[in-house]
Amino acid sequence: MGWLVDSPIVPNDSPRNISRAEVSHLARLARLAVTDEELDVFAGQLDVILGAVARVGEVAAPDIPPTSHAVPMTNVLRADELRPCLPREAVLAAAPDVEDGKFRVPRILSEEA
Amino acid sequence: MSAELIRSTATELAGLIAAGEASAVEVAQAHLDRIAEVDDQVHAFLHLDADGALRAAAAVDARRARGEALGPLAGVPLAMKDVVVTEGLPTTAGSKILEGWVPPYDATISRRIKDAGVVMLGKTNMDEFAMGSSTENSAFGPTHNPWDLARVPGGSGGGSAAALAAYEAPLAIGTDTGGSIRQPAAVTGTVGAKPTYGGVSRYGLIALASSLDQAGPCARTVLDAALLYEVIAGHDPCDSTSIAGPVPPVVAAAREGARDDLTGVRVGVVRELGGAGYQPGVLTAFHDAVETLRKLGADVVEVSCPNFDYALAAYYLILPSECSSNLARYDAVRYGLRVGDDGVHPLEEVMSLTREAGFGPEVKRRVMIGTYALSAGYYDAYYGQAQKVRTLIARDFATAFEQADVLVSPSTPFVAFGIGERVDDPMAMYVNDLCTLPASLAGTPAISVPCGLSEGLPVGLQVMAPALGDDRCYRVAAAYEAAVERITPPVGVLA
Amino acid sequence: MTYEDVLERYEPVIGLETHVELGTVSKMFCGCSTAFGAEPNTQVCPVCLGLPGSLPVANEKAIESTIRIGLALNCTIAEWCRFARKNYFYPDMPKNYQISQSDEPLCVNGNLDVEVNGQSYRVGIERVHLEEDTGKNTHVGRSGRIHGADYSLVDYNRAGIPLVEIVTKPVTGTGALAPEVARAYVTELRDILRTLDVSDVRMEQGSLRCDVNTSLHPVGATDWGTRTETKNVNSLRSVERAVRSEMLRQAEILDADGKITQETRHFIETTGDTRAGRSKEEATDYRYFPEPDLVPLAPDAAWVEQLRGTLPELPAVRRARTRETLGISADDMRQMANAGVVDVVGATVDAGAPVGEARNWWLGYLAQKANEREVDAADLGITPAQVARIVALVGDGTLSVALGRQVVDAVLDTGADVDAVVAERGLQVVSDTDVLAKAADEAIAANPDVAEKVRGGKVNAVGPLIGAVRKATGGQADAATVRAILLEKLGAQ
Repeated sequence: MGWLVDSPIVPNDSPRNISRAEVSHLARLARLAVTDEELDVFAGQLDVILGAVARVGEVAAPDIPPTSHAVPMTNVLRADELRPCLPREAVLAAAPDVEDGKFRVPRILSEEA
Repeated sequence: MSAELIRSTATELAGLIAAGEASAVEVAQAHLDRIAEVDDQVHAFLHLDADGALRAAAAVDARRARGEALGPLAGVPLAMKDVVVTEGLPTTAGSKILEGWVPPYDATISRRIKDAGVVMLGKTNMDEFAMGSSTENSAFGPTHNPWDLARVPGGSGGGSAAALAAYEAPLAIGTDTGGSIRQPAAVTGTVGAKPTYGGVSRYGLIALASSLDQAGPCARTVLDAALLYEVIAGHDPCDSTSIAGPVPPVVAAAREGARDDLTGVRVGVVRELGGAGYQPGVLTAFHDAVETLRKLGADVVEVSCPNFDYALAAYYLILPSECSSNLARYDAVRYGLRVGDDGVHPLEEVMSLTREAGFGPEVKRRVMIGTYALSAGYYDAYYGQAQKVRTLIARDFATAFEQADVLVSPSTPFVAFGIGERVDDPMAMYVNDLCTLPASLAGTPAISVPCGLSEGLPVGLQVMAPALGDDRCYRVAAAYEAAVERITPPVGVLA
Repeated sequence: MTYEDVLERYEPVIGLETHVELGTVSKMFCGCSTAFGAEPNTQVCPVCLGLPGSLPVANEKAIESTIRIGLALNCTIAEWCRFARKNYFYPDMPKNYQISQSDEPLCVNGNLDVEVNGQSYRVGIERVHLEEDTGKNTHVGRSGRIHGADYSLVDYNRAGIPLVEIVTKPVTGTGALAPEVARAYVTELRDILRTLDVSDVRMEQGSLRCDVNTSLHPVGATDWGTRTETKNVNSLRSVERAVRSEMLRQAEILDADGKITQETRHFIETTGDTRAGRSKEEATDYRYFPEPDLVPLAPDAAWVEQLRGTLPELPAVRRARTRETLGISADDMRQMANAGVVDVVGATVDAGAPVGEARNWWLGYLAQKANEREVDAADLGITPAQVARIVALVGDGTLSVALGRQVVDAVLDTGADVDAVVAERGLQVVSDTDVLAKAADEAIAANPDVAEKVRGGKVNAVGPLIGAVRKATGGQADAATVRAILLEKLGAQ
């Protein structure tokens, strides 16, 4: 990253030391079956990236309100009215597996949250 | 005739078609021929819809023959970024996980484009789920920059920008989350505008970061972009964040700007968007452009937006957070890829195997960063703080717009870089967006217009305006465009 | 261990989370129908299927219904709040996040008074918030349950139906009555929701679903015990049973110096027990964040007050009024309360029936029908207005009591209205004396032996002749009238 030496975006925080175990946990939460090799690569990269983005903590004071929506609007609502549904053939057309008009999935391990 | 047609602007083509000097079918065929001729070198398109395009063109010709009034862009071909949902036409967002998906519905802008008689040629290549600045993250191979085929066309909308630069289409649709319209426009010598957030419906745009995504027009001239904007803009009841007010009059503004006079317009040069880390040739071209604006009568002032320095950090928290949630739906249940369904693996593992196989490395990286940033223990330090930075950046803009009517900067710190040069270094890729991120985070409009060459490669000038002041961007960009010589890809690069 | 043993040593703390499907015509964020029972995956669109690119737009009626529920529960209505995304993977969730509300619920901090054995308990309401329902999984395989299933099938018709979650504060100080208080709370809540006309509140169809939190701590202790959350509690009776069974289970563990695991448990209707849910592979981290696809809600005072103006008389007020204006005795009131018919009796009286008749029908034949059908009397499927109409028709002699019961049966079976049933089936007392006289003559002619006995003074032998006449008139002749006609003709009076 030599050409970035003077740039304001060079990570200036100490590394977070994201461990392989942490990456593995994140991958599980995100439903990604990452390989061992990827764990190493991602651990290093996430460390650098999270170190760089941690800079947001430097400026945002407690009295600053967060912005979740760029345009200030409220109460955008629709009337309680029916609109056409999709035909069932279209609903199921892209499904990997279908049975009896329903989406078929492999057996589920965990119960509903 | 064919060579003339493909080098014409959209405005010119619409005029020819309306006057009966060229048929829409002829125009569509000329562009399809051009695509057949050069796209194996450029790879701007993922899916072509020649039949649909010719049918749509024939419908325009028929309407004209019946004496019906035609819209201002009727019969003009367009390249659609593959992140926009098109009924009956494959839509992949550049990802393996959606390979083969044919949507059962149209995005609002797809519908508006069809209703306007604009002829959709096909879907253009992009970084997977719009994550990237080079189009190298497409699951279907990179797009090449028509200025130098060994270089990237920018991203994520590199396919749309390259299609314009290669004269495969006079109009294209892009989407811009952190610069995906403006940065490709800059490095391909084309025009691209990110509208005010809420100006163009997001219904049917495959979401990357919902609070930032905006679709916008791409073209080779400011007026063409303005005409396309007025086709796609305006309130949509299917998008809760769509603005209900009148559409900013950008076509009128582009025409007014083309009269070459910016007297009384206050132009603010953002101190923080330039200097260290920017390529010298880019800065030289930018400073020349500022001089041109001054000569056109603009009052040039320097403004300071200190919190822009934090835009990159805030962006690379907000985007991954939102995208980690938006991309959760790709789970091998309702549509798209399914991997590992062998009767042994339970659903949870099939989901994980599918997402592992279906997503590329950049997508996985961002999904994991977002998952991390939203986690209970880290939310306040990361996502919460990033949203506060958003507030600070909006405040910087508000202060700057007290002193200036528009703000200007380079569109990106670099000219097009070589394919493969930065793929292994995520941070090196992320800095391409340095100049475009503030307007994305603030939801304000910005346009990139070509401003000369550096080392023979195009540089972009970014013009930013306050929310709903899109017309100001078009006016200043059009004035600048009219004042300088138009740059075109060097002859001979494409066979 | 007996229930009494439990209470000797432990104090329960309970809490209830109730999910209510709102009765809007369309779903929470799209225009698909919410009607129950359609063919699988026929009431879905790009939005509720979570197709790439689709976006939600909130249903105004659902927002208004939620605010009205909040007002009926004495809540404060938020001046500004946002929807949030609750992120977790499950195949019945099309987006793998649920649009919900987390730390910014629409309504907060209310209360609901319930009465058990003449004593009033105030149940604090923590929050009332709005979210979207999930689709439905069917597990296919040997067991039909998730365990041991070979695969599952998903139907998204239910996905996106507006769901209101009502969460109580911890309820303390109920002692032995914890199970009854829990049931009384859900009963009262259900009656309020029905009165507000925001939901059909049918527990058997899942439009009202309950999760019950239970913990025990030693009598006198200040710290509460570890709680469990029991799901799948789908009837009022089950609410009561679930609390009781969980109290017993936890007490046995605590008595053996064991530790209660904080976990989700499932109520088993057949045994009345709870069983542990399969534990998750990792702690749940829902990664809530504000939903960027929806703008904030900011109900202003004018809107809230306008909605407050639409609130009907609530059940507690109506009950008090019923008691007062109808002059019902305390005993009757308790009997009606236990049968859960106070409101319907009141409403039947409001619809014009005399108090005594209304009470008799609801505690008598209708209660019997409700019992047969295993539903609450109020859920029977006949309205107070319909009952009042039957009472009126019996009162003016158009129907006999027996015919009135037949009308009830027909209304329950067909859903048709009272007058339609009477007209369609010709269910009217036959009072045309010519018709009856002719039928009597025929009966006498057809049964000479019987007729002779009656003529001979054996008046009580007339039964078969009465039966014959009634049969000939389709069961619609009043027995006493027929008897009188027969005896007159046979000169046996």
